[in-house]
Amino acid sequence: MKRSKPIDLLKTSKPKPLRPKRQTAQEFLELQRLMAGAVMRPLARDGGMQGRWDDGRPMPQVAGSFIKPNDRLTSFERLEIYNRQYWLRIKDCFYDDYPGVRAVLGDGAFERLASAYLKEHPSHSFTLRNLGRSLVAFLEKEPRLIPPPRELAIDMARLEWAHIEAFDNEAKAPLEMDSLLGADPAEIHLQLQPHLTLLRFGYAVDEFLIQVKQGERLRSEASNAMDQHQSRRRARLKRTLKPETVFLAVHRHHDTVFYKRLNSAQFRLLSAFRANASLEQACLDLGDAGAGDVQSWFQGWAALGWFCQLQ
Amino acid sequence: MPANAFNGFTDYGIGIGLRVPHYDHILTEKPAVDWFEIISENFMVDGGRPLKVLDQILEQYRVVQHGVSTYFGSAEPLNREHLKKLKRLVKRTNTPWVSDHLCWGSVDGRYTHDLLPMPYTFAAAKVTARKIRETRDFLEVPIAVENVSSYAEFHVSEMTEWEFLGEVVEQADCGILLDVNNIYVSSRNHSFDPRDYLDNIPAHRVAQFHIAGHSKFEKYILDTHDHPVIDPVWKLYQHVLRRAGRTATLLEWDAHIPSFDEVHREALKANRFIENFEAKTVAA
Repeated sequence: MKRSKPIDLLKTSKPKPLRPKRQTAQEFLELQRLMAGAVMRPLARDGGMQGRWDDGRPMPQVAGSFIKPNDRLTSFERLEIYNRQYWLRIKDCFYDDYPGVRAVLGDGAFERLASAYLKEHPSHSFTLRNLGRSLVAFLEKEPRLIPPPRELAIDMARLEWAHIEAFDNEAKAPLEMDSLLGADPAEIHLQLQPHLTLLRFGYAVDEFLIQVKQGERLRSEASNAMDQHQSRRRARLKRTLKPETVFLAVHRHHDTVFYKRLNSAQFRLLSAFRANASLEQACLDLGDAGAGDVQSWFQGWAALGWFCQLQ
Repeated sequence: MPANAFNGFTDYGIGIGLRVPHYDHILTEKPAVDWFEIISENFMVDGGRPLKVLDQILEQYRVVQHGVSTYFGSAEPLNREHLKKLKRLVKRTNTPWVSDHLCWGSVDGRYTHDLLPMPYTFAAAKVTARKIRETRDFLEVPIAVENVSSYAEFHVSEMTEWEFLGEVVEQADCGILLDVNNIYVSSRNHSFDPRDYLDNIPAHRVAQFHIAGHSKFEKYILDTHDHPVIDPVWKLYQHVLRRAGRTATLLEWDAHIPSFDEVHREALKANRFIENFEAKTVAA
């Protein structure tokens, strides 16, 4: 008779060692959401990480739930390094891109604006170049963040964004004006270069920004002792700004960004081209304004390469 | 292993990062430099001075692309707009390989612009390796991933950092850009022996080295790239040469950037260790 093998009850009942639970792909994603939320969260007033999480839990408890402490730093402190670095990095970039808005608002108001804007508009681009893309719309939506005259700060933000666009937007092959000879003006739709922006301002922010940047250059060449002097200089500059209508083309020529003043008729004509009006329609809409000058305007703009191709 | 499949079978020497304060010096003085590393994202633009300078550099020098925001380790899919621009740049520079970091930095379309540490898990390795393969297939150049310096570790990690690096590069069949300074920084921040790291990576996959300086704070070290390379980092470089051999080496200096000559001199110190290593190899 075949005997069955005796059963070792002790052996079979012994639990198998548990394999540590492995992270799932969904948990991996959730961990990144949690950490990104913590890293991108605004800092507390003292410049450190906030003490409580969105749901009211103490932040040390939240940090401790996913970050290991070590013998020198708590989980909270380790996470705080990233939280601080994040704000340092994006504010640095924002300060670099908007020295004019900062000069208009003053340091305190600019700092408040930077915090509010960057909280509502974190970067959605792989490049920090686009960080200020929504600033003008944000300023228009949140006027309480800018002391009067509000239009001044908005004008400056529009100019500084146009500067960024002019710096590295595409430059298409310029249009050979001879190619228009014999063409029907009703069929000609001139296209402007992608790096060219047309702007109408209520203040001469172009001159103001040039002076601010000159001051910044001076400061970088001198010592920090210039800081106080700079802030007084900016305040003095701002006081000299009076409301006036300015038409401006921000563009790039030979890899340098320029601000070119336009008169009202030039601005209307170029804006019509930007809106895809035909050459005939744009000139008709101009009426008598610029009569006799249009040809020389075209020559000047063509020499700057502002027209790029026929649509 | 100077030339291997992961660096396009090239044998580059000692390079430095191409940085704005040095543009004028490089373009006017045309110093002899083995190669320059560029930050890809700085040139993924549609026009203007960045591309003009790059084209002038390309007329004279060899250039390798190094990225900061592909984020192979982000759980979300690759950013197609980013990849298309990257490929356009790859065609422009003819870079023999493309590197970026073994990290994450974006989630749900929001970018931190930081090199955030990975949880060292199999799930993370799988996602990361897949994205590296997709990137390589799209760009049609070898990819090398760089170990980052980190200041935090996750409870959920299932392996060491060097095991995770090995897991990812084996699954992705890609190269390693071994940042010796980052290993030093992380070893101090997380209390491990950096030699354990160097001795346990698949050395045949090393496509390039990074060396750099850092800043020491009371309780941790921050990877700031604003100082010369310290001796312990040079010693680690010497140590890993024995495993990986002479390989393209690049000095990073990104803040408080001194003169071009000073940066280049610092980078060329690597030659001492390479010569020493090669002399010992010949003698052996």
